[in-house]
Amino acid sequence: MIEVKNIIKSFDGSKILKNISTTFEKGKTNLIIGQSGSGKTVLLKCLLGLHQPDSGEIIYDGISNTNMNESDKTLLRREMGMVFQGSALFDSMSVLENVMFPLNMLTNKNEEEIREKAKLVIERVELNNAINKLPSEISGGMQKRVAIARAIVMNPKYLFCDEPNSGLDPKTAIVIDKLIHEITKEYNITTIINSHDMNSVIEIGEKIIFLLSGEKNWEGTNTEILKTNVKSVKNFVYSSELLKKVKKYL
Amino acid sequence: MLYIDDIGRYFLMIKMSFFKPSKWKVQRKLIFKEINDLIIESIPIVAILSFFIGGVVAIQTALNLSSPFLSKSLIGFATRQSVILEFAPTFMSIIMAGKVGSYITSSIGTMRVTEQIDALEVMGINPLNYLVFPKIIALLFYPFVITVAMFVAIFGGFVAMTFAGVPSEAFISGIQMDFDPFHVSYAYLKTILFAFILATVPSYHGFYMKGGALEVGKASTLSFVWTSIIIIIVNFIITQLLLS
Repeated sequence: MIEVKNIIKSFDGSKILKNISTTFEKGKTNLIIGQSGSGKTVLLKCLLGLHQPDSGEIIYDGISNTNMNESDKTLLRREMGMVFQGSALFDSMSVLENVMFPLNMLTNKNEEEIREKAKLVIERVELNNAINKLPSEISGGMQKRVAIARAIVMNPKYLFCDEPNSGLDPKTAIVIDKLIHEITKEYNITTIINSHDMNSVIEIGEKIIFLLSGEKNWEGTNTEILKTNVKSVKNFVYSSELLKKVKKYL
Repeated sequence: MLYIDDIGRYFLMIKMSFFKPSKWKVQRKLIFKEINDLIIESIPIVAILSFFIGGVVAIQTALNLSSPFLSKSLIGFATRQSVILEFAPTFMSIIMAGKVGSYITSSIGTMRVTEQIDALEVMGINPLNYLVFPKIIALLFYPFVITVAMFVAIFGGFVAMTFAGVPSEAFISGIQMDFDPFHVSYAYLKTILFAFILATVPSYHGFYMKGGALEVGKASTLSFVWTSIIIIIVNFIITQLLLS
């Protein structure tokens, strides 16, 4: 579980995150949603430790970030997995090598153990037939699967995903969403997804935080968001014609 | 002010590239890969350029030593001196700033644009140690490239003079004339400094670049310009200190 308490973050004098407090629960897919520029990515980077908040506290399973030195932060990062928007796979490495990479770098396991563990995770994301291919030789959806495999290969406590559906067709996007959701349950991890995709919200949003201009405007579940009366959230949720039509049946 | 900021960040980058080292097993692979990419793969182009430039240096020297009172062996002497003192260490390094420097900047810059460097940071890996340190170590072998350049350039001069009808004995005795080993030490000292500049300045431009694919190209150009300028300035300072 990650607790966020009164986080403020500014860049060049302009406040991007304004006093955000919330809780991201373990074993659930937590979604941070909001329009572009609402502060989603900055909040995610604060949670990852890539940005230091100006004030406030982030508590990772009872351990506050304010008491951490550099080596504590490094150890914490090793408990985090991250799926980047563009997958961020290493171009010169095959699928297998990409998944083996964190194990090679951060563990003392021997080559055979590392290979076996990586193969198991690749099997979990159903990519056995692409194991020796380079990232440039596989589709965007497959690249996302490799990124997920690389993120979970170290058995992280926390999984972060930045726009995991970006650039994918709707069908593949749902497959990726479901995969993340299943992995969250299987590994019992705290998953935080940064998204503005309403499909993801409805499919897997067990806890949703809606950001508006750097402030937490609303939080709830995927069933609650469809019935909310908060105007800004309604405008966001029902921005597409399809969902406007769906709303009539709710 | 902006340049002072850049200079400070450049030295911090160098310091950070020696911290939180990756596992030796991984580091060794990276170093061998960089030796192949930066050193071994540079040898063919260095050899071709050196051969022809050595020939041109010899021909131009011969053109200016047309007096019958001057010994033909001076052509070999002048070619050797030009190649060892200046052409091989300095001008070859500027050419390498284009080849190796652009490669380093574009490869690290592309990793920055595609979030691969962020991925390393999130994993708790020091990206500077992972990316820059192996390049610094690989370029410790750069004097080998310059040695190849020296030998091939002098050989190029010899071949050019053979075709021009200069007796080979005269050219060879010129190469051996008044040989001062300190000139070779001076050339290698410069080479080691240039190697460090070639590894770190392009890495800095790639690592701290901002933007997208277009900016990777711009960063590579900027890296070449700055690497060349720094090499020329360092060359002047070293020459002033050791030879004046």
